Amino acid sequence: MPREKDLPKRASRDPKRSGDDLRVIGAARRRVDSRGKVTGQPIYADDISLPRMAHCKLLRSPHPHARIRSIDTSRASAHPGVYLVLTGKDMPIEYGILPVSQDETALATDHVRHVGDPVAAVIAREELTAFEALDLIDVDYEVLATISSPEEALATPEPRLHTYGEEGNIHKRVSFEFGDVNVGFAEADEVFEDLFFYQGSTHLAMEQHASVAAKDRDGKLTLWTSTQVPHYLHRSLAKVLGMPTGHIRVIATPCGGGFGGKSDPMNHELIVSKAALMLDRPVKISLTREEVFYCHRGRHPVLMKFKAGVKKDGTLTALDLQTLVDGGGYGSFGVASTFYTGALQTTAYHLPRYKFRACRTFTNKPPCGPKRGHGTPQPRFGQEVQMDKIAERLNIDPAELRLRTAVKPNELTANFLQLGTVGLSECIERVVAMSGWKDKFRKLPEGRGVGLACSCYLTGAGLSIYWNQMPHSGILLKLDRGGGVTLQAGTTEIGQGSDDVLSAIVAEILGINTADIRVYSGDTDLGPVDLGSYSSRVTLMAGNAAVQAAERAKAMLAEVVAERLEVPPEYLVFANNHVFDPGAAEKKLTFPEAICLAEAKFGTIGTAGSYWPPKMPAAKYKGGGVGTSPTYTYSAAIVEVEVDPNTGWLRVVNVWNTHDLGRALNPTLALGQVEGSIYMGLGEALMEEQDFRRLPKKLSHALVHKAPSMLDYKSLTSLDMPPVYTEFVEGPDPRGPFGAKEVGQGPMLPIAPAVANAVFDAVGVRIDEVPITPEKILKALAEKKAGRAPRFGPKHFPQIQWPEPLRVPPPWEGGDGRAINDTPKPPKPAAKVEKVLSR
Amino acid sequence: MMRLPMFDLRAPRTTDEAARILAGEGANAMLLAGGTDLLPNMKRRQQVPRTLVSLRNIGTLKQSQFNPAGARLGACVTLTEIAEDPRFRNGYSALWQAAAQVATSHIRNMATLGGNICLDTRCSYYDQNYEWRKSISFCMKKDGEVCWTAPGSERCMAVSSTDTAPALIALGARVLLRSGAEVREVLLSDLYQNDGMNYMLRQPGEIVEEVRLPALHGWKSAYWKLRRRGSFDFPVMSVAAAARLSPAGVVEEARIVLGAVASRPLPADEAAKSLVGRPLTEETIAEAAAQAARLAKPLDNTDFDMSWRKKVTTAFVTYALRDLRGDDMTSVNLSLGRHIL
Ligand SMILES: Cc1cc2nc3c(=O)[nH]c(=O)nc-3n(C[C@H](O)[C@H](O)[C@H](O)COP(=O)(O)OP(=O)(O)OC[C@H]3O[C@@H](n4cnc5c(N)ncnc54)[C@H](O)[C@@H]3O)c2cc1C
Repeated sequence: MPREKDLPKRASRDPKRSGDDLRVIGAARRRVDSRGKVTGQPIYADDISLPRMAHCKLLRSPHPHARIRSIDTSRASAHPGVYLVLTGKDMPIEYGILPVSQDETALATDHVRHVGDPVAAVIAREELTAFEALDLIDVDYEVLATISSPEEALATPEPRLHTYGEEGNIHKRVSFEFGDVNVGFAEADEVFEDLFFYQGSTHLAMEQHASVAAKDRDGKLTLWTSTQVPHYLHRSLAKVLGMPTGHIRVIATPCGGGFGGKSDPMNHELIVSKAALMLDRPVKISLTREEVFYCHRGRHPVLMKFKAGVKKDGTLTALDLQTLVDGGGYGSFGVASTFYTGALQTTAYHLPRYKFRACRTFTNKPPCGPKRGHGTPQPRFGQEVQMDKIAERLNIDPAELRLRTAVKPNELTANFLQLGTVGLSECIERVVAMSGWKDKFRKLPEGRGVGLACSCYLTGAGLSIYWNQMPHSGILLKLDRGGGVTLQAGTTEIGQGSDDVLSAIVAEILGINTADIRVYSGDTDLGPVDLGSYSSRVTLMAGNAAVQAAERAKAMLAEVVAERLEVPPEYLVFANNHVFDPGAAEKKLTFPEAICLAEAKFGTIGTAGSYWPPKMPAAKYKGGGVGTSPTYTYSAAIVEVEVDPNTGWLRVVNVWNTHDLGRALNPTLALGQVEGSIYMGLGEALMEEQDFRRLPKKLSHALVHKAPSMLDYKSLTSLDMPPVYTEFVEGPDPRGPFGAKEVGQGPMLPIAPAVANAVFDAVGVRIDEVPITPEKILKALAEKKAGRAPRFGPKHFPQIQWPEPLRVPPPWEGGDGRAINDTPKPPKPAAKVEKVLSR
Repeated sequence: MMRLPMFDLRAPRTTDEAARILAGEGANAMLLAGGTDLLPNMKRRQQVPRTLVSLRNIGTLKQSQFNPAGARLGACVTLTEIAEDPRFRNGYSALWQAAAQVATSHIRNMATLGGNICLDTRCSYYDQNYEWRKSISFCMKKDGEVCWTAPGSERCMAVSSTDTAPALIALGARVLLRSGAEVREVLLSDLYQNDGMNYMLRQPGEIVEEVRLPALHGWKSAYWKLRRRGSFDFPVMSVAAAARLSPAGVVEEARIVLGAVASRPLPADEAAKSLVGRPLTEETIAEAAAQAARLAKPLDNTDFDMSWRKKVTTAFVTYALRDLRGDDMTSVNLSLGRHIL
C-alpha cells in the first residue's frame, strides 16, 4: 500500500462536502492491474506470437519531398522467404483521424511528404528477411523542393504538399474576434507585445508501436494493437479495407504509454490488417524507435505573438493572439490542434475582449498531432510568461496579479466556454504557501530564482471527432450469482489507471471491493463504444457511465432486498459486501444473496450506462466546439532554479504544484499523473526537441530528424528529476463522477513557463522559447551585459493573410454565442453524416 | 534500432587463440567485449562484421593487479569494477570518476575498459540507423563519400567520445597490445590519431590485453565531463587533469587532456606546463584553463551548440583543476548532475 506520508496533502474547498463515508473512492489503493504489471505479465502487442505468423517491415521514403514515378517490387517479391509486397495502389483509400483531413494513405500512392513516409511493405517469414528485401524494392523518385518550416511554407505555395487545405501549403487558418480588442487596447494603461516560440517534441512512450492482425476462422479480422483509440481505428479500418465494422475486432493491447502518440489510426495498423486478410495468416509489425519518431503526431512547434492590454491594477482589457503552427506532412488532429492554440486563453484569467488568429502549415516533416495538453501548452507558455512580464512592469507580485484576474466559478468566457468549478485561487494560495514563495521571490541570491505559472485544462472534449448524437462513453455491467461483477467498457487502459477508476466507482456504489470486479476494456467486440483515451475524458465520461450502470444495478438489488428485509429501499446501505439497514443490525443480506434474489425476480442482471456531454454548448459560432468541455481543471506551479551566470547552466532545484481535480478518486493514481505530467513538462522546458537537420542546400535536399533515438533525443530520466511536492485542491464538481475532474494533462502546462519565469528571477534574462537551454541563457546574459534587451527568443512574426475574423460579441456585450458576420451555410443533406468537430 | 544482423560467434579461451582467429578472419572479424558499443552499432549497420570474437571466456583479461610499481588492468575489467574499487581513488581518481560517469549502471556492468579505449568515434551523422544514413546519402565513415560535419573536409570529423581514455592519458597509462605471439607496449596517447575513421593506430589483428598505470604517489587527478544529463549521456567535452604536487602545493608535474572535442583525446601540454613550478591559485588555474580551451575546436556533430561547448571548456578545465586542488565541489557536482561522485 502507498505510505500515507508519500501521498499529497489534500485540501478541500468545500468543508461541508459529503463523502467522508466513502470507502473505496478517495482511498489510496493499489491499482487493480498492478500485480500483473509489476510482475511483468501483461501481453503487449509485441509479445504476441501466433502460429504461422509472418512479419512486416516498411520501406520508407529517404526523401523529404518527392513524387513516386514508379515502384518495381519484383526483386523483393522473388526474394526467398517473402510472402507479399504491398504498395500504395493495394490500399489507396484515404483516411485520417479527422473527417476534414482524410489525407493519408497507408502506403504512399504517388507522393511522399517526409523522410520516413511509408512507400511499400514487405511481409516475410522472418523479420530480418523482410528488412533485407526492402533494399530490393526499386523506387524511382522525382525529388521536389523541401519545405522545412512554416515560414518557408508561407513563402512557397508550390509545390503543394496537399491539394486540399486553404491555399498553397497553408492547411488551416482560423480567425475570431470576441469583442473589439481595439477598444480594449485603448482602455489599457499599458500594452505588452511579446513573441514566443515553443519547440515541437515527441511523446517518447516507452513502448514502441506494435500490431498483430489475423484473419479469424470465419473470415473476420482481429487486430491487436497498441492504441489509445480503438473506436476511431475501427472506423478507419472499415473504411480503408472496405469491410463492415461488425467484421472487424480491434483489441487494444496493454499499452506502454501513449500520451497522444497512439491516438491516430496508424498506417502500419492498416497495412498488417490488409496483409493478414490477403495472406490468411497472422501478420505482425513492431516499429523501431526511429520509426516511432516518423509516426510522430507530437507537439506542434508554434510561433506566437501575444499583444495584451492591461490596467495599472493588472486588470486585462484585451488580448490579441496570433499563432503559426508547424503541422508537418499530414493533417492528423492538426485542425483541432490549431484551434487549441488559442481556445483556452480565456479560461484562467478574466479576459473581456479577445482576438485569436491561427495558421497551420504543411512542412516536409513527420506530422504533428496531439501530445499531452494538445495544442495548449504552447500558448499557455506565452500567456504565463507574459503575465510574469506584466507583473514585473506593474510591480505586482505575480501570484497577486493572477489572484486578481482569476476567472470565477461557472463563468461564461468571452469565447463562450462554460466553466464549472474553479479552484485556481486556492491552487495559487496553496502553492505560494507550500513553496515559501514570499520569502524567495526576488529575494534569493543572484543565480537562484523562483517562478510561478498557472494553467487550465479541459476534462474531456465536448464534441466527438465525428459529428453524431450518440453517447461518448458506455459501460455494461453483469452481476453474477456468486457475487462477481463483470464490467465491460470501450475505454482504453493506457497506463493512466482507467480500469482501476471504473472498478472503484462500481465497487463504491455496489458496496463491494475492486477485487470482486473483472474489467474487460479496449475491445470493440466486448465493450460498448467509448471514444478513446484522449482529451482527459475517460474518468469523467466513462466514469459517469459507470455511475449510471452501477446505480441501475443497485436499484434492482435494492428493490428485492427491501422487499425481503421489509424496509424501504432508501434505508439500505451497500457496503462491505452486504446490503443492510444501518438502523437494524440483523436486517442484512450478503451481496451474492441480493443478486440471487434479484436474478430470481428480474432474470439475468445486466445494466448499461451511457454518458453524453452537456448538450447545446453555449458557443454556437463556427469553430466554437473546440475547447468546450463538461468542466475544467486548474493548476499552479512554482519552480526553483539555479543558473550559473558563467556557463548558463540551468538546474531545476524544486517543483511545487497544486492541482484542482475535483476529487482524487484514487490519490495514488492521481499523484502518478501529476508527477508524470511534471516530468514531461520539465522535459519540454529544458531539453526535448523534435528538431530537424537540413543539409547544405547546394549539396542535398535532405531534411532529417536530428536525433531519432532514445539516447540522443534528450528527455529527463528518473535520476534527472528534481524533488516534486504536490498538493491536491479538492472540491467536487457536480459534473464529474463523485466530483472528479481531470488530472492527466493539466499539471503539465504551468511547468515550462514557471521555469522561464524562475530563470528571470535568478539572473534577470527572459528566455521566450522552449527548450530553455544553457546556450540560450548564456546568449541572453551576453545581451544583458551589452546593454541590449536581456532576452533570447524569436524576433519576427511573419505577415499572414488572415481571413476576416468571425465576430462574436462576448456575453457581457449581449452576445448569444453566435457570430454576427457569419454567412449561414445551406443546410447539409441529411445523408451526409460526417462532420468535423470544429465544424 | 533494427535487430542484429546474422554473424558467427567465436569464444576462445586464451588471447593466443583469439589472436589466431583474428589473423585468420582478417577485416571480417571484430572483437566483442561488453558489446555495449559494438552491438548497437551492428544494429544500426554501422559496423557489420561477419565474425565476432568474444573475449568473455578469457580469464586473464579480467584480472587487475596493484603493486608498488603501479597497476595492471586486464582489458576486460568492467567499468563497474573500476568505479566501485577504492584502490582507484586518490592518484587514480580521474579514472574512477571517468568510469563512474560512463552511461548507466546497467551499461557499466557490461562495459569493459578495453572496449572503452577502443570505442568507435561518434557523430550525429553517423550514429544513426541504416535508413537514416541512406536518406543523407551516407557519409565517408560508412558507405558514403562526404563528411557532412565539414563537407569540404578530407577526413572524417567524428568525435572521440571515450571517457576513460582522456583520464588514462592524463595518468600516463600504457597499453599492451598482442597480435599472435607479438606483444608491444605503447603509451596510450600514442595509440590515437586525429582522424574519425582511423582514430587508432591499432593493427586489425591486435588485441588490447592490458592497461598499465604507473604508481602515482603524490599525484592528484580529476575528470570532468560535459553532457546534457547526468544520468547517462556521452561526453561532448571533457577534461582530465592530473598533477604531482609538492607538500607545499606547488605543481611539480601536470597533464591536462581534453576529451570529445576532436577525433582523439587532445593533450593540452602547454596549458599543463604553465602550471609547473607554481601553486594552483585561481590565477594559475585561469591561465591554464584559457590556454587549454584554445585547443578545443568542437564541431556541430554532437549534442549542444558547438560555440557554447567551446565557450564552457574554460569552466570545465577550471572545475577539474579546482577538484584536484581539493576544493569542495559538491555544489557544482549537484548542479551538473554528477550523481555518483
Ligand atoms: C546508451 C549508451 C550510453 C553510453 N555512454 C557512454 C559514455 O558516457 N561514455 C563512454 O565512454 N561510453 C559510453 N557508451 C559506450 C560504451 O558503453 C562504452 O564505451 C564501453 O566501455 C564499451 O566497452 P564494451 O566492452 O562494451 O565494448 P564493445 O562494444 O565490446 O567494443 C567496443 C569496440 O572495442 C573493440 N574492442 C573491445 N575490446 C577490445 C580489446 N580488448 N582489444 C581491442 N579491441 C577491443 C571492439 O571490437 C569494438 O570495436 C555508451 C553506450 C550506450 C549504449
